[in-house]
Amino acid sequence: MTAFGALLLRDLRLVLRRPGDVVVVLAFFVVATTLFPLGIGPESNLLARIAGGVLWASALFAALLSLERLFASDYEDGALDLLLLAPGALELAALAKCAAHWIVTGLPLAVLAPLLGVAFGLDGQSLAAVALTLLVGTPTLSLIGGLAAALTLGARKSGALLALLALPLCVPTLIFGTGAIEAIATGEGFGVHIAILAALALMALATIPWGIAAALRLAGE
Amino acid sequence: MATLHFLANPARFRRFSARVLPALSVVTALAVAVGLYWALVVAPPDYQQGETVRIMFIHVPAATIAMGGYVLLAVLGASLLVWRHPLAALMARATAPVGATFTAVGLITGSLWGRPMWGTYWVWDARLTSFLLLFFLYLGHIALSHAYDDAERGDKAAAILALVGAINVPIIKFSVDWWNTLHQPASIMKLGGPSIHPTILYPLLWMMATFALLFVALVLMRTDTEIDRRRLEAAEMGA
Repeated sequence: MTAFGALLLRDLRLVLRRPGDVVVVLAFFVVATTLFPLGIGPESNLLARIAGGVLWASALFAALLSLERLFASDYEDGALDLLLLAPGALELAALAKCAAHWIVTGLPLAVLAPLLGVAFGLDGQSLAAVALTLLVGTPTLSLIGGLAAALTLGARKSGALLALLALPLCVPTLIFGTGAIEAIATGEGFGVHIAILAALALMALATIPWGIAAALRLAGE
Repeated sequence: MATLHFLANPARFRRFSARVLPALSVVTALAVAVGLYWALVVAPPDYQQGETVRIMFIHVPAATIAMGGYVLLAVLGASLLVWRHPLAALMARATAPVGATFTAVGLITGSLWGRPMWGTYWVWDARLTSFLLLFFLYLGHIALSHAYDDAERGDKAAAILALVGAINVPIIKFSVDWWNTLHQPASIMKLGGPSIHPTILYPLLWMMATFALLFVALVLMRTDTEIDRRRLEAAEMGA
């Protein structure tokens, strides 16, 4: 557990020393969402209807954008070799990296999204749904994206490849994330959606770290 | 499983495929000829759908084999990661593009069939959408296996992806079904399972078997080519 905590703290500290990396991702999220009203038109009913999908899809892209560097800098400067040699489970180390990624991207995205939702004319309940679904759903994105990042370490054109690998696997999370906001519009609660998102996150938590560890071992060979 | 282990040795596989492939090719070609004649000429047109029902004889077998192909990729991935069979990697490389092509054939014929039946080339129907995602999974597998200068690295990365993908396929299918019922009522005509008439059922089953033969023949042939390619590369490096 101490190794897990140490690695998590190290990654967070690295981000703190270069906060620009996170700010760029959040700025991308804001700019990407802003493009939709510009492209679709300012009609408020339509915007409120598509807001959930727009916010979720933009958050997904923003998360993926930041994932390319998740293991790449460790791979380049040799820290990954030390992680591979270190005693203790590599799976936990992978989990720590993904947790750090979630804290610096998923969490701020979940905080930022309701603010943007206001601009899309969402009501209070929908804003809560946006924040909650992102809060519960983004850990899955960090894990799936982490796997794609580990698989594409050192590959040619790794950025585009990462998106190609991760996006189809992220579809269930996207569907239930936006479904929650849709459900409010039709007068149902969104408890079921949150529960399923949590189930998806737990399943990813239980399986993906093994995949990431296997991919990292492969990269270290 | 025993045959899988037996064929894991590339040299043994070569001897096996050299013996089987010529006969298999001839049988497949005959089966395709008979099947196409039966399905496109002999089988009666559907009383509702008319002649367009004949698209089904290509569409359904292609889609079925495409799904089976992904399962095969996952099995090959496991046998590469667990037993380190060198042939599994080559066969996965041979399988993925064939599977992707069958998926594309399923999508294209489905779209052509949708035009007269639903009045549009594409609907965001649950089955179509999850099939499109299967196509993306295949593309990801192909791209990842070719993304490294070190071919072995690409093989193993793609194997991990195939396993994760195979676990996720049912979840994706389930979520897309849910999404579809949420957004729009299904607008598909039903192929009413057991009520399908024998004059259509038998040629359909024949085409299924034919497509399976075609798939196996193509995979064996491409695996042969992959073995040759690896040997050439090894020879070039040695020279």
